[in-house]
Amino acid sequence: MSATSSQTAGPYWHLIDFPAWADLLRAGGPNAGIAGERITLVGRITDGDGAPCPDALVEIWQADPEGRYDAAFHGFGRCATDAAGGFRFTTLKPGPVRGQGNSFQAPHVALSIFARGLLQQLVTRLYFAEEPLNEQDPILASVPPARRGTLIARPEDAGTWRLDIRLQGDDETVFLEV
Amino acid sequence: MSFRPPAPGTQPPYDAPAYGSTHKRHPKQALLRIGQTLTETSAPRMTEALYPAAANLAKGPGWEAQGERIIVAGRVLDEDGRPLVGAMVEVWQANAAGRYNHERDTHDAPLDANFKGEGRVFTDAEGWYRYTTIRPGAYPWRNHANAWRPVHIHYSLFGQGFAQRLITQMYFPGDPLLPLDPIFNCIPDAAARNRLVAAFDLDVTQPDHALGYRFDIVLRGRDATPMENTP
Repeated sequence: MSATSSQTAGPYWHLIDFPAWADLLRAGGPNAGIAGERITLVGRITDGDGAPCPDALVEIWQADPEGRYDAAFHGFGRCATDAAGGFRFTTLKPGPVRGQGNSFQAPHVALSIFARGLLQQLVTRLYFAEEPLNEQDPILASVPPARRGTLIARPEDAGTWRLDIRLQGDDETVFLEV
Repeated sequence: MSFRPPAPGTQPPYDAPAYGSTHKRHPKQALLRIGQTLTETSAPRMTEALYPAAANLAKGPGWEAQGERIIVAGRVLDEDGRPLVGAMVEVWQANAAGRYNHERDTHDAPLDANFKGEGRVFTDAEGWYRYTTIRPGAYPWRNHANAWRPVHIHYSLFGQGFAQRLITQMYFPGDPLLPLDPIFNCIPDAAARNRLVAAFDLDVTQPDHALGYRFDIVLRGRDATPMENTP
């Protein structure tokens, strides 16, 4: 028995878009009352011509502020890109996640991108600039230095981090085979 | 623990020239293969308390939706045949006339005020899911001259690991559009492709109510041995 084949989400996936899901801290949501550093993650998805992808589905999966996946925090969000290809999540900054042995991975958020023209999701990660643990993160270390920046979000306004995603071409984002 | 890579030929490529939208959207650099970490082997718990179920797409706010009512049921398993319990299954589709209830769908087929085309169900202790809907219609698209999508229902599934996340499409048996569809045919392995086609099932069929179709879904299985220690 082998795993079922993937197919594109197509252009009309918004029937399963619930805009509230992009705010992991929404009132009455699963994370109400959990303490941590509130952050906003923003970015823009563009194609090989640099044109925006206005019909993409972006999902995040992340640990809680202590770096745990099995605690109360529900680290899942979904967001539709807007006409300019933009996405925006509100969440808590994740902590360092346990890696191999006694090591820790740098704080990061996993991203899945689904869209018309993507027959399978594209998977990448968002890391945070200036994070000391970035230097020893095993996945960042395995990315050629010239392309490492495509995984590192930069601070904008207070609490806002930007990571633009380029599906193809110059500065193409590093996508992961997991 | 990690999830096995998919069997060769069972997953579509990113670059599929027959499907025009892949042209500017596929990465040109090879994907970076990483050893799975806790991030990839864990997954959100998508519970009915957080995401309420909606198992009857065929009934709208006013009256029954137009079209042929059908029941779709199946099991969600992993590659070792283990049922996924409590897995969230989201479905979405066009209406009986082949029109999505979506602002960007400009096909001139009629909308149906009683059909939204969106459902959400959770698997039971043996991995079974079930919902009632309307058989969707085929619709034209602009990929090539006289292009029509075969009848299909979109599926979105969450397993027990981020690496198991799957979005796919279910097709209907005997659809003459299947051999012509570049999205369906981009899957290299014919057996894998044909597993996306549901089977008519008299056991799922409910007397005096609706025809039944069976559609099972398999998510990636667990590796027996740990992956190499490379990142």
